[in-house]
Amino acid sequence: MIQTAAVTWTALEPILPELLLIGIGVLLIGCDLFIPRQRQVLPWLTVVGCITALIMVLGARPVTAFAGMFLADGYAMVFKAICLAAVIMTSLISEPFWQTVGTRQGEYYSLLICSLVGMLLMASANDLMVLYLGLELMALPLYALVGLHKRDQRTSEAAVKYFLMGAFASALLLFGMSLLYGLTGTTEISRIAKMIAAMQLAANPALLAALGLLLAGLCFKVAVAPFHLWTPDVYEGAPTLVTALMSIGPKAAGFAIFGRVLFYGLPTLQSHWGPILAVLALLTMAVGNITALCQHSLKRMLAYSSIAHAGYALLGLLAGTEEGLAATLAYLVIYLFMNLGAFAVLILLATPGQCRESLDDCRGLATKHPVVAALMLIFLFSLTGIPPTGGFIGKFYLLKAAFAAGYPLTVVGAVIFSAISAFFYLRVVRLMYMCEADAPGLWQMNVTHGMRAVLGVCLAGVLGLGVFPGSFFGWIVAALAGN
Amino acid sequence: MSMPLLSILIFFPILGGLSLLCVPRQQIATIRTMALLISLIELLLTLPLVLLFDKSTHVMQFTEHHAWIPVLRINYSLGIDGISILFLLLTALIVVLSVLVSWKAITDKIQEFFTAMLLLEGAMIGVFCATDFILFYVFWEAMLIPMFLIIGIWGGPNRIYATIKFFLYTLLGSLLMLVGIILLYQFGGRTFDILKLAGQAYSLKLQLVLFWAFFAAFAVKVPMWPVHTWLPDAHTEAPAAGSVILAAVLIKMGAYGFLRFSLPILPDATQLMTTPMLVLSVIAIVYGAIICLAQTDLKRLIAYSSVSHMGFVTLGLFALNQRGLEGSILQMINHGLVTGALFLAVGMIYERTHTREIAAYGGLASTMPVFAGFFLLFTLAAVGLPGTNGFIGEFLILLGGFESQPWSAVIAASGLILGAWYMLWLFQRIFFNEVKTGMQGLAPLDLREILTLAPMVILILWIGLYPNGLLSFLHVSVAHLLDQVHGVGLAGVALPPALAQLP
Repeated sequence: MIQTAAVTWTALEPILPELLLIGIGVLLIGCDLFIPRQRQVLPWLTVVGCITALIMVLGARPVTAFAGMFLADGYAMVFKAICLAAVIMTSLISEPFWQTVGTRQGEYYSLLICSLVGMLLMASANDLMVLYLGLELMALPLYALVGLHKRDQRTSEAAVKYFLMGAFASALLLFGMSLLYGLTGTTEISRIAKMIAAMQLAANPALLAALGLLLAGLCFKVAVAPFHLWTPDVYEGAPTLVTALMSIGPKAAGFAIFGRVLFYGLPTLQSHWGPILAVLALLTMAVGNITALCQHSLKRMLAYSSIAHAGYALLGLLAGTEEGLAATLAYLVIYLFMNLGAFAVLILLATPGQCRESLDDCRGLATKHPVVAALMLIFLFSLTGIPPTGGFIGKFYLLKAAFAAGYPLTVVGAVIFSAISAFFYLRVVRLMYMCEADAPGLWQMNVTHGMRAVLGVCLAGVLGLGVFPGSFFGWIVAALAGN
Repeated sequence: MSMPLLSILIFFPILGGLSLLCVPRQQIATIRTMALLISLIELLLTLPLVLLFDKSTHVMQFTEHHAWIPVLRINYSLGIDGISILFLLLTALIVVLSVLVSWKAITDKIQEFFTAMLLLEGAMIGVFCATDFILFYVFWEAMLIPMFLIIGIWGGPNRIYATIKFFLYTLLGSLLMLVGIILLYQFGGRTFDILKLAGQAYSLKLQLVLFWAFFAAFAVKVPMWPVHTWLPDAHTEAPAAGSVILAAVLIKMGAYGFLRFSLPILPDATQLMTTPMLVLSVIAIVYGAIICLAQTDLKRLIAYSSVSHMGFVTLGLFALNQRGLEGSILQMINHGLVTGALFLAVGMIYERTHTREIAAYGGLASTMPVFAGFFLLFTLAAVGLPGTNGFIGEFLILLGGFESQPWSAVIAASGLILGAWYMLWLFQRIFFNEVKTGMQGLAPLDLREILTLAPMVILILWIGLYPNGLLSFLHVSVAHLLDQVHGVGLAGVALPPALAQLP
């Protein structure tokens, strides 16, 4: 009896962080229900729980659990760290946001944690079933989060759109997976690779169809053109806080399964998916950067910019090399800091009754709030990819990896779109620093300690990783090699 | 040498600039004084470099070497040779003068202005010291941010257009260079060390591709015709200090890039492309000069004269012989001093009159005689009067050009005549004729302004009379550079160091 319990305990060890988070999620629901007066503990409970999980994830040894279905390797660790950090930071800035919006919704935190568990499962999935389970666990709470402002029509539209598109993408993905299972007789990702090699399926048209369906589904999830059409509307419609999270956490988790399926499941088809992704990456950068040029809403501009950044991050995946994978991981970490920083400033701009999401609201910000403007300046230059910020060194790593893998033209294209992107990022800088404000008069910003901490961490991340990226890159490479 | 002199030189102004942000916003005098002190100390810090510099070797000196990003094989390696040391001195000097000229001209966001200026100085010094290609690129691009802000925030009425144009031009050029750098890394033994990258036998095709990739970045920065169009706008709209730094240091970096990268790393492509480059240089000389004649805006005229003068620089550079190269480098310093001085002078007069229209000026020789004297000397130096520094540089370049391709020197010489025409005509229109309304009663130069211009006068005359003071730094490094271009043992080695016998 005792022995059985011990065995169960050992088997559960790899998923301890996930279990902890599920516990926290349940606790959050309970707190929300039974002690409604003490709702201010909810964000702290979330943050503390996530930080504990983050420490557990970072300290865990690489293991394979549940008969190979669950893989807690270095690859998963980096992605989990990104998702956890995204949730921690968005929770820290959530209080001022909900205060300005005026609604207090306790279910926000429990939904967030559920979605987070889904992301962590996706990062660790080594089996198509676990992968799908994680994906749906991530997506369902997100649909609800997007539609959190029940009375706002824009939000409801966004939620419905996101749900329909997401369900469609999941269906495509499932169809692809079922074809894979039919061909190879297994759902375990690493065994699929072996079976394809053993049964010489590489040229099988059904396998190529499966690849196409999987790619379409995955591209939906990470918003790669031409499957990005849901993104701008959903990002704009969702509460800014949820948008900030969605542009980082779920996107990173999407990249996690993207990389897992392609790198570990279908490496033999690299000659097929490499060029396809190269074209898609270029298309994504083109659509994201060029459409962002003509936006009037800062939030929508950041939405398009996040599409473009998905295109950059793809550069590492399409290379199909260890170096490329490391570059994508590194870029996503850097992207976490710079994008979240920009969104945090956007949230900071809002005051009750005025959401201040348009570009014109940035006018004269440097005169009114010099520190906030300077922070935004650094985040925007990082998004553009100008040294000495992290955005540059991350992009450089990606370009180098894609170049080494033999995609010089894609690299040239990426570089040109990068120059185009400078134009719309600089427009914000221009409005902040070089234009006079329309309406004189200061407004009070709701700067909480959490907000300060997040802005500080983002600034430190963007500049620190830009100036001293050496050991960080070393850590990523070591994490990848250690599995 | 245990002191990391070059690192100190790079990071002292950066940290100093950031420390300005800690001063309370209202203490304007403190901020100004601190900025001046930081830039002065920086200038003093270059002294040990000059004193300890060994002129007899082409090897990089004061080197520092640390691993920076091991995964990407990027190192933090610094070093200077006879070519870069001159630019370091120029940069440190120019920033001091720019701080002085902005003393009263900048009234808004003073703290941010001086911070941007000092950050810019750190990055500029870094560009001239870096011997790792990516480190170089980081500094090269990092310069863009403060410069973008300096033009865009404190510039003239059309500043936003000008600054965005400047930024996008340079960024696109630089990004193409970045692709070139990665390409070079792939084929050059997987290193970013520019000393190791040089002297490898790359295939001609690769060299040509790289040459044009680097050309995109450097030619925009120089600027060479036909990618010069950002320069008149940026120079015109920038505040006085911004124009001075742009003219004196920033645009030199393009030519420095050619010297440091294109010539030694891609010798075959450089030799093959000599003629097109000379043609572009000659076009820039003549075209820039002719455009100058049609300008009605004071700063715009000087900006276009920069296009013409930089044409001389690239002409000397691509003449690929000792005289041409030394002349070219000397002319870069000269142009930095003279055009820098002209922009300083224009900044001072603009503070008083608030107009840049040449037609609005007249008779200043009688209202501001001291200023007229300064301006006359700068004008003559820009024209290249013997006895001023401009003469030495242009003469060497023409000599070098004639040795390489006689026609280029012949056409370029016509640029000198046009240069005399537009500069003297400008002087006449501003300082002579009757005193225009609004030009009476202008305040004479105060002590700060005289102190700003005086170093320029001294340097212009000193280089004009004793050029060997600077040229002696160059001889060995340039000879080595030419060895790299032509292959050791070929032509170019036998030439005696140019002008060694000149007084």
